[in-house]
Amino acid sequence: MSAAPARPRPLIDALLPVAALVIALMLFSLFVAMEGQAPLEVLETIFAGAFGDAFGWQNTLLRAAPLILTGLAVAIPARAGLVIIGGEGALAFGALGAAAAALALAGSPNPVIWLGMALAGMLAGGLLIGFAGALRQWRGVNETISSLLISYIAVALMNHFVEGPLRDPASLNKPSTLPLAPEAMLGNLPGLDVHVGLAVGLVCAVLAWVFLRFTIWGFTVRVVGGNPRAAAMAGLAVTPWVIGLCAAGGAMAGLAGMLEVAAVHGSCNASVLVGYGHAGILIAFIARQNPLAVIPAAILIGGIGAAGSLLQRRLDMPDATVLVLQGILFVVLIAMETLRGRAWRMPQLPAPRLAKATPAPEEPA
Amino acid sequence: MQDRSRFSRRNFIKAAAAAPALALLPAAVRDAIAAGGITVGFIYVGARDDFGYNQAHAQAAAALKKLPGVKVIEEEKVAETVAVQKSMEAMIVQDKAAVIFATSFGYFDPHVLKVAAKYPKAHIAHCGGMWTEGKHPKNVASYFGYIDECQYLNGVVAGLTSKTGKFGFVAAKPIPQVLRNINAFTMGARSVNPNATTRVIFTGDWAMPVKEAEAANSLLDQGCDVLTCHVDGPKVVVETAERRGAFSCGYHASQAKLAPKGYLTGAEWDWVTPNTTFAKALQEGKPFPNFVRGGLKEGFVKMSPYGAAVGEKARKAADDVKAKMLKGEFVIFKGPLKDNTGKEVIPAGKSFAQQAIELEGMNYLVEGVIGSV
Amino acid sequence: MTIDAITAVLLAMLGGAIRVSTPFLFVSLGETITEKAGRINLGLEGTLVMGAMSAYAASLHSGSPWLGVLAAAGAGAVFGLLHGLLASLRRVNDIALGIALMLLGTGLAFYWGKAYIQPQAPTLSAFHLGAWSDSPALRSALDINPLFIAGLLLAFALHWAFANTRIGLTLRLVGDSEAAARAAGAAVIPTRIAATVLGGALAGVGGAFLSLFYPGSWNEGLSNGQGIMAVALVIFARWQPRRCVLAALMFGAAGAIGPALQSVGISSGYYLFNAAPYALTLLLMALTCSRDTSLKGAPGELSLNR
Repeated sequence: MSAAPARPRPLIDALLPVAALVIALMLFSLFVAMEGQAPLEVLETIFAGAFGDAFGWQNTLLRAAPLILTGLAVAIPARAGLVIIGGEGALAFGALGAAAAALALAGSPNPVIWLGMALAGMLAGGLLIGFAGALRQWRGVNETISSLLISYIAVALMNHFVEGPLRDPASLNKPSTLPLAPEAMLGNLPGLDVHVGLAVGLVCAVLAWVFLRFTIWGFTVRVVGGNPRAAAMAGLAVTPWVIGLCAAGGAMAGLAGMLEVAAVHGSCNASVLVGYGHAGILIAFIARQNPLAVIPAAILIGGIGAAGSLLQRRLDMPDATVLVLQGILFVVLIAMETLRGRAWRMPQLPAPRLAKATPAPEEPA
Repeated sequence: MQDRSRFSRRNFIKAAAAAPALALLPAAVRDAIAAGGITVGFIYVGARDDFGYNQAHAQAAAALKKLPGVKVIEEEKVAETVAVQKSMEAMIVQDKAAVIFATSFGYFDPHVLKVAAKYPKAHIAHCGGMWTEGKHPKNVASYFGYIDECQYLNGVVAGLTSKTGKFGFVAAKPIPQVLRNINAFTMGARSVNPNATTRVIFTGDWAMPVKEAEAANSLLDQGCDVLTCHVDGPKVVVETAERRGAFSCGYHASQAKLAPKGYLTGAEWDWVTPNTTFAKALQEGKPFPNFVRGGLKEGFVKMSPYGAAVGEKARKAADDVKAKMLKGEFVIFKGPLKDNTGKEVIPAGKSFAQQAIELEGMNYLVEGVIGSV
Repeated sequence: MTIDAITAVLLAMLGGAIRVSTPFLFVSLGETITEKAGRINLGLEGTLVMGAMSAYAASLHSGSPWLGVLAAAGAGAVFGLLHGLLASLRRVNDIALGIALMLLGTGLAFYWGKAYIQPQAPTLSAFHLGAWSDSPALRSALDINPLFIAGLLLAFALHWAFANTRIGLTLRLVGDSEAAARAAGAAVIPTRIAATVLGGALAGVGGAFLSLFYPGSWNEGLSNGQGIMAVALVIFARWQPRRCVLAALMFGAAGAIGPALQSVGISSGYYLFNAAPYALTLLLMALTCSRDTSLKGAPGELSLNR
């Protein structure tokens, strides 16, 4: 946990991700060479595609924008020891809620529409994942499995509404909700070809970080996540915190869904679901559940996506090449944790009122 | 790289995007451009060897590669979101593509439109009949085929081959394009067997192999002995039918080699026709056509060769209808036509040619289809 | 709905339970073994996909689908070994590692699998236990793959082995309390690695079922998250192999409701019917769990539930 007092080997710790990157690229080069491609050319192309020029950077950042939020959707509940994997469903619900709000607010001034959509999206996503938290506290249902199940149900509901009650009759072959007016679409950040979702993601990540690290509430979360028995004894209400953190995470994914509607698609439809929610799980674990570290993790994934495009066009390599690269990179990154001077582990929240005694967490010494 | 004295945000972005990209251009492309050749880009939403939708497009791409002066670049599994916007932009900026074929229906609005507006000199041809004069920019084009003609012929062949008169249709979503195929197939079958019925199962997604297999099995369990489908990859449906000793009609591309015993025939796209039209127009400096479409007659769609199980009578019946279609004398959707709730959807005396706008919004299942939308 | 229609739906659910459940069964049994030893391998989705691809490729090249199953088990074991070894390193989080391996497994399977999308490999054949019946629905429902039977037997064998064999007891001890296991002289780390390898191999076999029997071909959309769902079902089954069978059968049967209803003409709201397996699982969990019993049987060392 971030509360650990000492960092015995800060330099080594800081260099670990770099070392992981180097090792992963070496392994990837080996793989590429075995497949009969020139490793240097491949690496060059990957770099050029993701970070080689302004186009590459903007491509990368554009792809990273929703991933920051879906990463937070996993990272925030994880601070209290909850493993939530229902981000995709929360994103779907958020998109649906936002589209419904846009319908209701049609004709209002843009800021009102945007605010309404954002609130509706966050509310929809928050309720969804908050429900997983509530099931956990009140019915003892494991939040990992319930969030996954709820996510599948939410996606089905979204599809049902998009093709049924909320369908724009004019959306013939691509069933969608009624589109936003073109002037009500969220635009790009000044001087960039990246929509404002990036800024929203950055702000949310920083806010979450500040909240969890520097406020008394953040301290409470750490206590709840670290030792809920102690928390309960100290008079902290664990249940509202668990539900609240789940809801906050869901709200982040819901906000990502809202941004997909308001900044990219203009309406809610099946194209909104492209796996951002699932990618968020990976991002959060790469970032070791640190909201600030979610940002570079998301940019890394975005960059690899951008690189994949160029790899296909320049070197005729299959789209799966970047999946292999991601896989190798993240396995190495996570395995390298072993060299870290300071132990990190996910906080672990016991099930509510566990019947049997829980063995003391074993700390590898 | 850029002239600092005339720095403006917009110029900066343009220059920054374009300048290094030129340097990135591989020698082969530079040479091709220098020699008056063109680069064309293909973007697919799924894997290009899926025995279905994407493969039909990739086959056309392979054909274009053989044209002199044409270089083809491809990207597969590109999602219908910012990913496709960026892929199109990259093809324009980094590869100097003269035309991009955006092959998935979901790419059009807003992705193709957005990129086309940003790069007015680039050309994007989208598969699907969306382009509208006055509403959409001139550097965007639509191309599409009337594949319901082939589905009608599928139905004729199925109707004369089936023993039970019950047909199964595995479909992704109840959208007009899909309903039109289901209806055409059913009408073809009922033209030769008035008692024929078609059962429909919607899977809800374009590519879901396990669900498609479940649907195919459910249909076969209900006594259907010919299956066909409208999903991105018909492989699973055709293979399941073959394994259970039933017949199948293909879709998108030919699945004949997957089912040597039971494959009757199939409705296939022939995208070489429109794709060549666009490439040639640009190569020869002619105006960019905005809307090209056609059916069997125009060479936009074609039938798979008949399989071994198709008898003489069925071949003849289908060939007769096909000959009429090739002459432009056959109309599929004409009154009186009832839907499967008994409501008249096309009154007697009225007939809709393929271009009819009424067919674009089809929201009913015709008499003989079991299921609802 | 007529009697015929109801019969049709029920038969389809029976068929669905048998056809669709096998991959869930193998993955969840494999994960049960791994989790009993105190580790979580969330990467079994990737292992499943890798197993499916390897099985198809091996079957194509060798001409024998059973060699394909073996290859899938081998590929799964390799991924299990990777997870087992790396998760044994200090401070390496097993959940995070699983997610990374899921990506690697899927990526490699897709990369190497490109060559196998088009060719047709020999597939596994079924026992036609329904040959006596005239009903095509019943006949097809009773086309039972040997792997399904193997999965059932395995579940009961595991149940017995966990309770009655030395290995089973060691495994549970290692999973319940590392300190106690060490005190008893059990080799904690090797046991966990072995349990993860075994879990991976079984997940690989689950993948082989997908590509070699049902739906019976290799393509990239083959697994729509079946691996992840199966891992989740382990919690639902409360780490009991016999309950894994129930969970898998129920999940398969519920999944057949949607298509079956449509095949008899009921097609409105099909998305909602398709969500039936998830809704049913959730409902059952909410009804049967309670604050006190939810984690009965949970291995004490499991990071997901501690």
